[in-house]
Amino acid sequence: MAEEVKTPAPPPPPEGEKKPTAEKPPAAASAEPAKPAAPAKPAGPVPVPWTSPLVEKYRSQYGSGLEAQTYLGQNYLTVDRALIPDILRLLRDEEQFDYCVDITAVHYPKREKQFDVVWILYSFPRNERVRVKTQIADGASIPSSVPIWPTANWLEREVYDMFGIMFDGHPDLKRILLPDSWKGHPLRKDYGILQQDKEWVQINLGIESGQ
Amino acid sequence: MSDGTNDASNRGLSSLDRSNLDLETPDKTYLDSNELIINMGPQHPATHGVLRVILKLDGEKVLGTECVIGYLHRGVEKIAENRTYTMFNPYVDRMDYCAAVSNGLGYCEAVEKLMNVEAPPRAKYIRVILTELNRIASHQLWLGTHALDIGAMTPLFYTFRDREEILKIFEKYCGARLTTHAFRIGGCQYETYAGFEKEVKNFLTFFAPKIDEYEALLTTNRIWLERTKNVGVISAADCVALGVTGPVLRASGVQWDLRKAQPYAAYSEFDFEIPIGTNGDTYDRYLVRMEEMRQSMRIIEQAVNRIPEGPIMGKVPKVIKPPVGEIYHSIEAPKGELGYFIVSDGSTQPYRLRVRPPSFVNLQALDIMVRGLLVADVVAVIGTIDIVLGEVDR
Repeated sequence: MAEEVKTPAPPPPPEGEKKPTAEKPPAAASAEPAKPAAPAKPAGPVPVPWTSPLVEKYRSQYGSGLEAQTYLGQNYLTVDRALIPDILRLLRDEEQFDYCVDITAVHYPKREKQFDVVWILYSFPRNERVRVKTQIADGASIPSSVPIWPTANWLEREVYDMFGIMFDGHPDLKRILLPDSWKGHPLRKDYGILQQDKEWVQINLGIESGQ
Repeated sequence: MSDGTNDASNRGLSSLDRSNLDLETPDKTYLDSNELIINMGPQHPATHGVLRVILKLDGEKVLGTECVIGYLHRGVEKIAENRTYTMFNPYVDRMDYCAAVSNGLGYCEAVEKLMNVEAPPRAKYIRVILTELNRIASHQLWLGTHALDIGAMTPLFYTFRDREEILKIFEKYCGARLTTHAFRIGGCQYETYAGFEKEVKNFLTFFAPKIDEYEALLTTNRIWLERTKNVGVISAADCVALGVTGPVLRASGVQWDLRKAQPYAAYSEFDFEIPIGTNGDTYDRYLVRMEEMRQSMRIIEQAVNRIPEGPIMGKVPKVIKPPVGEIYHSIEAPKGELGYFIVSDGSTQPYRLRVRPPSFVNLQALDIMVRGLLVADVVAVIGTIDIVLGEVDR
């Protein structure tokens, strides 16, 4: 467990447990250099490497496919798409992350792999949170985590509905909030805030536009 | 109204791996009548909004359900990406409109965390008082409508009468009764009005005997017991697997409350208990929520007696511009874990804002809770999960 300097800033959230809570890269950084936050604007806090037995274990097992960081006292793993099923299952079975809080996605249209898929996990025995992130390309699919956490069912349906990301092995992958025959995925960045499926509106509501 | 088939043991985790409801081809039943597929809602008074539940029935026995949601979808997350952090603040009140104050608290704290600022102590106390008042109001609304669904009409009038006293405090504090927009990023906009503490204390003395009054109406009421005991049983393991939080999780025996597990605002400074149930049935969830109202009163009493002097707004720049980064922050809303996942690109608008709504996730448990029950129990179970469709659909 790396001993690190604590900045005066915010009190560490309890989930930090024994994790380092430093906001800035400590002077004596651990083995890995801190990854600088994207083009930093005002000098904000920067993610620092997250070191813990959990991370060491998986890094020795999976090597470079896995990156662990802490930002504002919250830990997250950035994982290769190929390792996702393994890592998620191990986190539940071995590390007791028994509660899948949320599954969501973020769209970065300018990136080659356009989507970040994010799992937010919580462990009741450890009282600890961790986020798992992976990048996937538009049109690529990702294995469903319904067999791991049944709660993923609706959460994945919502991600599919809003972003168009496919989950392999999902028992019933269909839209959940929008009508089944709707075209387009509204939370993509190229979908305008006033945009609608005009054809659907015309057929089902009999009006030109809802706006 | 349980017919004895609602046995929690044979609806364990394995039942979550069920195949999906086949609505196209009803099977023959033993009386040679077809299975029946009926629609409940979307416009049905007992679905608490516009929720459509497709029921597959054998006679009056529920074989399976499928929820159709989204009728109230307003695209809150998309709106967030097109508004500044400050402009988006009032929108969160429109999700769980029965507990608008909790929504605002979660949002403001999430943005504060992302910006690395903290609300001053006085603001935190005001936040705790109002949030707990709102928790009581939300539970009152739940109790009134839930009891009405089951057939007890009187509690509705009692709870709405008493809820009014809370709404009056909200109205005096910030001018709104329901969608309060009570907090701002960095603290509170309004100082408490003259006589605020006194009125909150008056409410506590007024309300303490009222909970006993509700309990006198229901807790030992024979009909209430028949309709709620062993109805909609869900085990702790199923709750965890389905991500169910809040009173539903606690009634199944898991003593977990974010106010204790990961304290936020000023909750670590107060003394209160987390009530839990044992059976995970509708009756236990009722008892848990009744006790939660009492515990909320304890918190309010401590907070209002110790409310510190000082500023109510932290050092927040005029233009809210969090640094590049992301944050997940969640609070214990009256219905469960309400979380905000915010990704900032360093501009004045969130790059992505995800709301983790407790009602949406909890509603998923409806199916395994009602299998094997009667149609009338579906109404009881929808009530006991305590959903708000504004939050389910966002």
